[in-house]
Amino acid sequence: VSAPAVFFYLAGAAAVLSALGMVLNVRNTVAAAMNLVVTMIALGVIYVTLDAHLVAALQIMVYAGAIVVVFLFVVMLLNLRRDAFPRPRQRLTKVAAVVIAFGIAAAFLHIIPTALPTVREIPADFGSYRAVGLALYRLFVLPFEVTSLLLLAAIIGAVVLAKRRLD
Amino acid sequence: VELLLPVLAKTLFIILIAVGAFAPVITWIERKQSAVMQDRIGANRADIAGITVLGLLHPLADVLKLLTKEDVVPLGANRFMHLIAPVIAAVPAIAAFGVIPYGGIYHFGDTTINLVVADLDWGLLYIFAIGSIATYGTVISGWASNNNWSLLGSLRASAQMISYEVTMGLSVVGLFMCFQTLRLSDMGVAQDSTFRILGFLEHFGIVESLGWLGHLTLPSWGILLQPLGFVMFLTCVMAENKRAPFDLPEGESEIIAGYFLEYSGMRFGLFYMSEFIEVVVIAGLLTALFLGGWSIPWLSQADIIGGVTPVFGVGFATGLCMVLHVLTFFVKVIMMIWLQMQIRWTLPRPRYDQVMDLCWKVMLPLSIANILVTGLVILLLQGAKA
Repeated sequence: VSAPAVFFYLAGAAAVLSALGMVLNVRNTVAAAMNLVVTMIALGVIYVTLDAHLVAALQIMVYAGAIVVVFLFVVMLLNLRRDAFPRPRQRLTKVAAVVIAFGIAAAFLHIIPTALPTVREIPADFGSYRAVGLALYRLFVLPFEVTSLLLLAAIIGAVVLAKRRLD
Repeated sequence: VELLLPVLAKTLFIILIAVGAFAPVITWIERKQSAVMQDRIGANRADIAGITVLGLLHPLADVLKLLTKEDVVPLGANRFMHLIAPVIAAVPAIAAFGVIPYGGIYHFGDTTINLVVADLDWGLLYIFAIGSIATYGTVISGWASNNNWSLLGSLRASAQMISYEVTMGLSVVGLFMCFQTLRLSDMGVAQDSTFRILGFLEHFGIVESLGWLGHLTLPSWGILLQPLGFVMFLTCVMAENKRAPFDLPEGESEIIAGYFLEYSGMRFGLFYMSEFIEVVVIAGLLTALFLGGWSIPWLSQADIIGGVTPVFGVGFATGLCMVLHVLTFFVKVIMMIWLQMQIRWTLPRPRYDQVMDLCWKVMLPLSIANILVTGLVILLLQGAKA
C-alpha cells in the first residue's frame, strides 16, 4: 500500500465519521459545526492525496477557515440551547433516511463505477495553481467574470439590507 | 525509511531551534526590552544557587510554575472543548515551520541537501491554509469557557483574523507576480541575486549614457521589489497573531484577558507559547518572502562556492556555504523578531472599529492597487524588452 493510499483511507474514514458526528449532533450546534470543520479538513487531505493541491488549500482556507468560522460566530451569538430545537419526527424521518442511504449506497456501488469513463493518465501539472489559473483565465474567462458579478451583486445586496436597519 | 530519515532530522532541527530555543528566550527578551523602553530593570531575580545569568532563568521558572499550577475548568464549561482549544491554537503555529526554508539546496557529490522540511510547490498556500485553522483555537476557547468576557474576546478574534486573512493573501500577490512562484525555496533562489537599479532604462537605450550609475546593483529581495507589500504583509501577520497593537481579543482594560481568561496552568502556557512561536514563524516567513531568505546580499551561492573551491575543494566550499546560509537566515529571523518586539512595545492599542477600518478601508484598496501597479510595470518591462 502506498503512502498516499494510507492517507486517503485515513482521511476518508475521518470525513465519514465527522460527517456522521455532525448529523447526530444537530441539536448541539457548536459540536455540529466543529464536526463540519473536521470533515472539511479531511476533504482537504483527500484532495492532497489526489494531487489537487490548489483545491486542497482553498478547501481549508475558504471552507474550514472562513465559512464555518462565520457559522460558529452566528451560533455563539445566538447561544442556542439544546431545547431550542424541536425533536425531529421519529418514524417517517427514519424510514426516509434509511431509504435515501440505501439509494446512495447503491449508486456508489453500482451505477457510478460503470458510468464513469476509464481513468486516463493525468498531466504532470494536474491540479497545480498554475494549471488551474491558466484554465480559469484562458478557457473560462466569461463564467469567471459572470460569477464575480453575481458575488458583487450579493455583497451590495447585503450591505443595502444591513444599512437600512441601521438608518 | 531512507526517505523519512532526512525529513525527520530537518523537522527536529527546526522545531528544536524555533520552539525549543527561540520561543522561551524571546519571552525573556520581550520582558527585558519592555523594561529598557520603560526605564525599568526587568526580570533578573530567578536564580540557581545565586547565579541569575541576566534573568535568563526566568523562562525555566515560568514553565515550572505553569506545570505545577492547578488546571482549572470553570463550572458550566464544555469540558472537552475547553481542554482541546489550547492544542488547536498551538499546532498550526508549529506546523507552519514545515515549508519555511532555512537554507538553500546543496549538492555533495550524488547527495542533495534541501534545507526545508517539505518543499511544496504550493508552499505559501499551505501557510495560508494552516494559518486559517489557527482561528479555531481562539474561537473555541472563548465559547467553551462559559464566560461572557471570553466569548467577547473570541468574537473579536474571529472577526479580526478572518478580515486580515483576506488582505494578507492579497498583499503578497505582487510578490508572486515578481517571482512567478509559490514555492518558498524557489523564492529564496530568486532572491539570491542582484538587479541593476536603473537596469530598466536599458530597454529604452539610455543606460550607456549613465556611466557608473548604470552598474549600481541591489539584492533582488522582496522588500525592495515590493516595499508596500512588505509593510502591508507585516501589518496583517501582526494582526493575525493578535499581539499589541492588535491585541483587542485580549484587551485587558475592557474584557480582562479575552478568550483565554478562564485558562490556568500549562493550558494558559500553551496559548502564551503559541503566541511566541507565531512570532518566530512570522519572522521566518518575512525573511523567506521579503528579506532574501538564507541568501547573503551581493554574494550569491555560486560566488561563494566558486571563490572557495580553488583553495579548499568543492566539498568544503559547499559545506561552508550551507553553514553561512543557515546562520544568515537565523540572523535575519532575529532581526525580524526584534522589529516585532519594537512595534509591540511602541504602539498603543487602537479602537476596534479603527482596526476593522484599517483592514477594509485602507489595506484592501491599497493591496489591490499594489497588484494593479505591479502588473502594469511587469507588462511595460516585457513590452520594452520585446
